[in-house]
Amino acid sequence: MNALKRVIKILRSYLWLAVGATISLLLLTGANALTPQLFRRGIDEGIAQKNLDVVLATGAMMVGVAIARGLFNFGQSYWAESVSQGVAYTLRAQVFRKIETLSFSYHDQAQTSQLLTRITSDIEQIRTFVGTSLLQVVSAIATLTTIATILLIMNWQLALISLTAIPLAGVLLYRFFGQNRPLFAQVQQKLGDLNEVLRENLLGVRVVKAFAREPVELQRYTQMNSSLVSVYLKTLTAIRNTFPFIFLLSNLITITVIGYGGAQVIDNTFTLGELVAFNAYLLFIVQPVLLIGFAAPVIAQAAASAERVYEIIDAPIEIINRPNAASFNRCGGRITFENVSFRYPGATEPALENVSFETKPHELIAILGMTGSGKSTVVNLLQRFYDVSEGAIRIDGRDVRDFELESLRSHIGIVFQETTLFSGTIQENIAYAKPNSSLAEVIAVAKTAHIHEFVEGLPAGYDTVVGERGVGLSGGQKQRIAIARTLLTDYKILILDDSTSAVDAQTAAQIQSDLDRIMRERTCNAFVIAQRISTIQSADRILLIHEGKLAAQGTHQELMRTSVLYGAILESQMKQPALAAVS
Amino acid sequence: MPAPVAPEHTDSEHIAPEPKAAKSPSTVKRFLAYLKPYRNDLPIAIGAVIIGASTQAIGPFLIGWSIDNLIGPGNLTGLVQMIAALAIIYTVGTLAIRVQILRVGTIVQKVLAQLRQDIFNKIQSLSVGYFDRSEAGDLMSRLLNDVSVINNAFGQSIPQILGNTFSLIGIIIAMLLINFQLGLLSNLVVPIMIITTSIFSRWARARFRVTRQTIGELSSLIEEDISSVKEAQAFNRVDYNIEAFDALNKANRDANVDAVVVTAAFLPSIDFLNTLATAGVLAYGGYLAVTDAATVGTVTAFLLYVQQFFRPIQILSQFYTQAQSAIAGLERIFSLLDEPENLQDNPNAIELPPIEGRVEFNHVTFGYVPGQKILDGIDICAQPGQMIALVGPTGAGKSTIINLILRFYDVVGGSVNIDGIDVRDVTQASLRRQIGFVLQDNILFSGTVAENIAFGRPDAEQADIEAAAKVANVHEFVTKLPQGYATVLGERGASLSQGQRQLISIARAVLIDPRILILDEATSSIDTQTEKLVQEAIAAILKNRTSFVIAHRLSTVTQADQVLVIQQGHIVENGTHQQLIDQAGVYAKLYALQLGEDD
Repeated sequence: MNALKRVIKILRSYLWLAVGATISLLLLTGANALTPQLFRRGIDEGIAQKNLDVVLATGAMMVGVAIARGLFNFGQSYWAESVSQGVAYTLRAQVFRKIETLSFSYHDQAQTSQLLTRITSDIEQIRTFVGTSLLQVVSAIATLTTIATILLIMNWQLALISLTAIPLAGVLLYRFFGQNRPLFAQVQQKLGDLNEVLRENLLGVRVVKAFAREPVELQRYTQMNSSLVSVYLKTLTAIRNTFPFIFLLSNLITITVIGYGGAQVIDNTFTLGELVAFNAYLLFIVQPVLLIGFAAPVIAQAAASAERVYEIIDAPIEIINRPNAASFNRCGGRITFENVSFRYPGATEPALENVSFETKPHELIAILGMTGSGKSTVVNLLQRFYDVSEGAIRIDGRDVRDFELESLRSHIGIVFQETTLFSGTIQENIAYAKPNSSLAEVIAVAKTAHIHEFVEGLPAGYDTVVGERGVGLSGGQKQRIAIARTLLTDYKILILDDSTSAVDAQTAAQIQSDLDRIMRERTCNAFVIAQRISTIQSADRILLIHEGKLAAQGTHQELMRTSVLYGAILESQMKQPALAAVS
Repeated sequence: MPAPVAPEHTDSEHIAPEPKAAKSPSTVKRFLAYLKPYRNDLPIAIGAVIIGASTQAIGPFLIGWSIDNLIGPGNLTGLVQMIAALAIIYTVGTLAIRVQILRVGTIVQKVLAQLRQDIFNKIQSLSVGYFDRSEAGDLMSRLLNDVSVINNAFGQSIPQILGNTFSLIGIIIAMLLINFQLGLLSNLVVPIMIITTSIFSRWARARFRVTRQTIGELSSLIEEDISSVKEAQAFNRVDYNIEAFDALNKANRDANVDAVVVTAAFLPSIDFLNTLATAGVLAYGGYLAVTDAATVGTVTAFLLYVQQFFRPIQILSQFYTQAQSAIAGLERIFSLLDEPENLQDNPNAIELPPIEGRVEFNHVTFGYVPGQKILDGIDICAQPGQMIALVGPTGAGKSTIINLILRFYDVVGGSVNIDGIDVRDVTQASLRRQIGFVLQDNILFSGTVAENIAFGRPDAEQADIEAAAKVANVHEFVTKLPQGYATVLGERGASLSQGQRQLISIARAVLIDPRILILDEATSSIDTQTEKLVQEAIAAILKNRTSFVIAHRLSTVTQADQVLVIQQGHIVENGTHQQLIDQAGVYAKLYALQLGEDD
């Protein structure tokens, strides 16, 4: 419920809209309460007295009140919806900003689909609460209070009889939702499971057919389908044990009022018009109770959603600028790892242990190791995707944690192992880091990445749309676009993380030699991470990472002489020619 | 949570249905045919609805009558008797409503279940060709939505609609009987209300179309950005992304606020018309009463009726728009059900006897659409136990060859024979049962690991499953899972890495012990250790089986008995790896350049 309070606090930013909605709502309640009084006047003072002027005046007033009621009703719905859309907008912006800034360690553990659910359906649930349920509850309470007061003033005996409907209906509804919540949850779950089977069968239609599995899938679906029906039928029982009785209650109250009130009219202690008006008010008694009843589960769901949403908003960002962080704008080329150890959050084993080395200016460093050896971790620490657990990393003697994150990252260019293309044109994809780059700049880097010719050959050239809904590219083409993307940044340090693995050998070699030149000319340091020795033989120094430790370092020649492990890796890779290397 | 009774507040979608349904009586008729199995239950259900509705309609009538004829003249005994009668009527009504909820609800749920079942059955019997069409995925996701729209329209509202229709008819008759002129006057407003509702619907539809578009754009941006946060941070793009998001987020908010203008104006407008009619009754009735043309009781009763009168109209007109989306949904569902099943077993089809595994393509020509030539005069002869590697650029026709072996499609010209028998002369099930299939995208189904491995042989013994898992190098991994073979996979279960999925799908193929194996080698990167396991498992499963491999790895191709190089629907080269290298033709070039890049 605390989370819901925080949601309500957002209303402060939309104070005038919220006030407008509330005032309209109260005025609407008043106008609703007034209408039966007009009935009473029309009957008692108009029709019964045969006074046509009063009748016509009352009719005119009714129309007037209807217009007012319409305006208040409109204002209430419009402003409430505006507020709820505003709240959803604010929450979405907050969550999105947070997701974008949360550190890698958070995203390593979070599931994309869950984050997605929170920013979409959870926020929608909260919006429904703000726009509908909150208003329904306020309106129901206002209506109940007003109507109860009026009824008590008009005829306290009849009023007391009528008002007993409220607690009775309340108890029925409370029992209904209390007892049947698990049942409704079951319906949702079974429906979800059933749709999942359908989805799987659509997605895996080839597998199903190839394994001649249709009869089994049919049987499975049929079984789940009928089990869904049987739960649905249980909900029918729950419904028929509640709502008919609420209607009966409401009807019994009506006939009691007509009977008892009618007797009073016959006794001349109550007028006919009053009876009709009183009867009209009865419509407003059970309805608010129903509204509150239906709002209750929505509010409970919204509270749970709000908690999930605030879980993201409150998540701590681990990696932030230190106070007095300096801008990283000059790079002398001396990167120092001092006894660096690192453990991924939640992991039991350290990913890196006591790694120490220092680079010289313009050195091209290769980092070699098996999958899971920790070789990618080394460069992830350099630009503070993660912070070291122990030890320190320095650039020209200054701890990387004392640099401003933005300037640090903008001057370290990295090509990730897995390439992500975004929906958009090829030009936009290459200009990802610098959306305002000119086409000439984009073409220049595309040439270096050996993708220019391919792009030129496409019908729409650099305007070709790629990504989910666009043209499909091969793994090698994607990797080359990713390389071009990184080349367009203001890198001073360049990192290539196994980034030509899917490019064919000949092109890869060409790219590599171009990059080698660039690295030596433009960067103060460069890192190439690889699994295969063949791609890194030209490096100035090779760091061999094994099980989180720096096992050996030196040139290719040196390592061949000194490192048994290096020799073993080399031998195993020579045996498997890998022109078509994919992994 | 399904609301058993529609709450008072109007949901925006009620007056803004998705697409407008073409008026289609045959669709409705066909839907009604789903009621046939419940012929015997229907009379009770409808009877309960009629009794329930008429007790609700007769109540206000009797109350009006009592005010006019009992309370007015001061007949206390009559009033007491009337109250007792009303109590009985309402109690009977309550019982009828209870019966109605159960009976109508049961029928509706069973009909909907049948509809879902029919969709699923149809999907199982449609050929693969249907799903390869680009619009199929789209259609399917809409169908899921359609069933729930139909559920909302009919499942929840039918009793309400029937009830309200009866009330409305009852009230109209009662009004006309009591006072014909006054009755006509009150009814005058009905067409105006219907027209108003339809104008609002049209207006709302246009505005909600914009909101659907903005929410779609926003969602796809969210999806893309959330899955690429690391790139955004590495490339300092966070601020740019936040700004871009903000623009769409704002646009979505504004579109929704624009749309709510319409829905917010709808109820007040109806309310206004309602009051206008009430005031009209009051004024004209007052005039009649003053001139002694009607009694005070009559006018009072009328005022009661007029108030009861508009809710059904409002609900019915909302239902009309809701029903339109439901009918549009039904149309889509029925058009799926009417989809021709192109690929059916030949009436004289035989069960394919146990085969040795000889596969022949004789002058096979094929295109997915008439006139297209994906394969043009292909001849292949694979002897039992041979391994055939298919090599060539994307779109050359490699996958098509596989589709034809499995008879996912029928050839346009020529024939595909297995052990000398045309695949069109045997039943699809018996053919496919003898062919193993390992796909690139390894689809796992919700269920346990054991169930996933036993996919092609659901009755397999645990020992067989484990043996297959051992051959596929996945046994060790499975035993390490929390519940071993009983570990549940899928949406809500454990998720496996790409490599592990591949091992499981290899185990799946091992378990059915096929004579022919089809393998589409994965191109996506798998970590080295798993990769080694996959390679070993593939080597094991290929042994002693005729196999067709869409190869991406050199190591695979070099082992093949025949390498078929396919280009533009032709086999341009055929031989062993060494022979083709020596030829120094297309393959030699591909070998140097393309092989690694081919998806």
